[in-house]
Amino acid sequence: MSALTETPAATRAAKRARNNNPAPKVAKESPLSRIGAMTVMLVFTLYFLIPIWWLFIAGTKSSTQFTNTNPLWFADFNLFANIGNLVAYRDGVFLKWMLNSALYAGAGALLATLFAAMCGYALAKYRFPGRELLFNIVLGGVLVPATALALPLFLIFSQVSLTNTFWAVFLPSLVSPFGVYLTRIFAAASVPDELIEAARLDGAGEVRTFFTVSVKLMFPALVTVFLFQFVAIWNNFFLPLIMLRDETLFPVTLGLYAWNSQVNQIPELRGYVLIGALLSIVPLIILFLLLQRFWRNGLGAGSVK
Amino acid sequence: MSAPALPAADARSAAPRSPAARPRRIKVAHPRAIAIFIVPFAVLFTLFYLIPIGYAIYQSLLVVERDGTFGKATQVFGGLTQYIAVFQNGPFWESIGRVLAFGVVQVPVMLGLALLFALLLDSPLLRGKRFFRLAFFVPYAVPGVIAAIMWGFLYSPNLSPFTALTSNVSFLSADLVLWAIANVVTWVYVGYNMLIIYSALLAIPTEIYEAARLDGAGQLRIAWSIKIPLIMPAIVLTGIFSIIGTLQLLAEPQVFRTFSSAVTSTFTPNLMVYSTSSIPNVSLAAAFSVVLALATFVLSFSFLKFTQRKEGK
Repeated sequence: MSALTETPAATRAAKRARNNNPAPKVAKESPLSRIGAMTVMLVFTLYFLIPIWWLFIAGTKSSTQFTNTNPLWFADFNLFANIGNLVAYRDGVFLKWMLNSALYAGAGALLATLFAAMCGYALAKYRFPGRELLFNIVLGGVLVPATALALPLFLIFSQVSLTNTFWAVFLPSLVSPFGVYLTRIFAAASVPDELIEAARLDGAGEVRTFFTVSVKLMFPALVTVFLFQFVAIWNNFFLPLIMLRDETLFPVTLGLYAWNSQVNQIPELRGYVLIGALLSIVPLIILFLLLQRFWRNGLGAGSVK
Repeated sequence: MSAPALPAADARSAAPRSPAARPRRIKVAHPRAIAIFIVPFAVLFTLFYLIPIGYAIYQSLLVVERDGTFGKATQVFGGLTQYIAVFQNGPFWESIGRVLAFGVVQVPVMLGLALLFALLLDSPLLRGKRFFRLAFFVPYAVPGVIAAIMWGFLYSPNLSPFTALTSNVSFLSADLVLWAIANVVTWVYVGYNMLIIYSALLAIPTEIYEAARLDGAGQLRIAWSIKIPLIMPAIVLTGIFSIIGTLQLLAEPQVFRTFSSAVTSTFTPNLMVYSTSSIPNVSLAAAFSVVLALATFVLSFSFLKFTQRKEGK
């Protein structure tokens, strides 16, 4: 297993026990169950990866080769020519979409994480009237599906003439009730009161203590909240679908969706949809690879007693 | 969310409560800092959660009245008119039935697979665990819309790499398209759920297994009698997320409309909200939204309560 995982002490201890302390193997695993387990995993590896492999292969082909060569193996390697064509198509609107998505999801998730962390931290570390009420309302917010909010948001935004603007998609994504929930649990568990007290004695203000001391201790949870929110915004479809008319404001998902619905009228779009889909996956995969150790830590934090 | 975790958080944060705490108002320490921490989120939450919910409810209570057939339209208070319309709307209930059938099949299959993979990853039976973990998780990096577009191509008889299969089985026909969509959703989310369950398994101290091992329990027995009960909260969490996701199906069926005429504008409840609001009949669409949000809330909440009660026994 990966050597770069698990920060919470409990998990680390569990891992150490697992690695350095080979338990007395009384019940030895039979070769048969080993083979069975590997077979199951290999078969499902094919299930999960073949569609992506196919998409990659499709991205490397010219449109004629797409239909008359083996769909799961290379023909002439046209990947870069295809990317070049896609990027040049309609004055580079695809790049604009990728940039939009990066902005909606990157800046949105960053701010959402900050706001959720401050609120979760306050709920965990301070006592004030209405604290439990606030927390319960936020918790109810976790169960309210984001798609149910899209239509009323559209109605409200259209009254203040904010539909079809960047803000119509950006502002609602700054709220993460799940982030508040997660950071509250994490702050309660990982930021000792003694440390805050010590910072107070040193004369640091509450806000400064949060940004210099507590944020570091809460870091795994913050990365998790960031990733959750980033993925949620990146994948969000309903909100941009009803808010945006102007193509230059689209996130990449909505842009590719729009192209895909026009494939019947404009067949050349099919190639662009495929290569665009391939490229749109890359940023998330890179992000996961960069942040995966934090991501896995925090994932469990909300669910394990 | 996973309520079993909540009492723990509360217990920790409430621990230093002084015995002298009297019912009269306690003086709040650091009110300014608390305000700085809470206000940004509270304002945004109010603007983009509470007000929209309130507005949807308000809007759902209105009806449009016109002077004559082509007269000027005005919105007036209509009481529960829209809700009566919702309850009499056949296609809406068909769409609810459709996503419930979808959920009853897809959610257990997906979570069953996720649990199986997580247990295998946690067992000593596998080699190359890092590879499998990553490979199974990769589809989660594919947004629902993109995944649906991709699978739409894979299902299409003339484009698919599996022509032998797709020329015989019509995945995009009225009979199968719902399950074709279920496959897309499963493909995207199994790895994600697997990781949630797996990280819960990693948090179990291994000493717990040793006694069972000494008693001669095999992997299957350990998984069934020790691991699964201990990770129940994580499974409940994934279950609730999945229920919410199922009732909110939108992107995948919306994309499949371009591949299959079997997917109508009333295929799922959310598609109905969308198509009704673009007619436009926003009041009816708002009423659909409210009913749907309530249904989601009630279902996931009762699932939570149900599993908690079972655990308590």
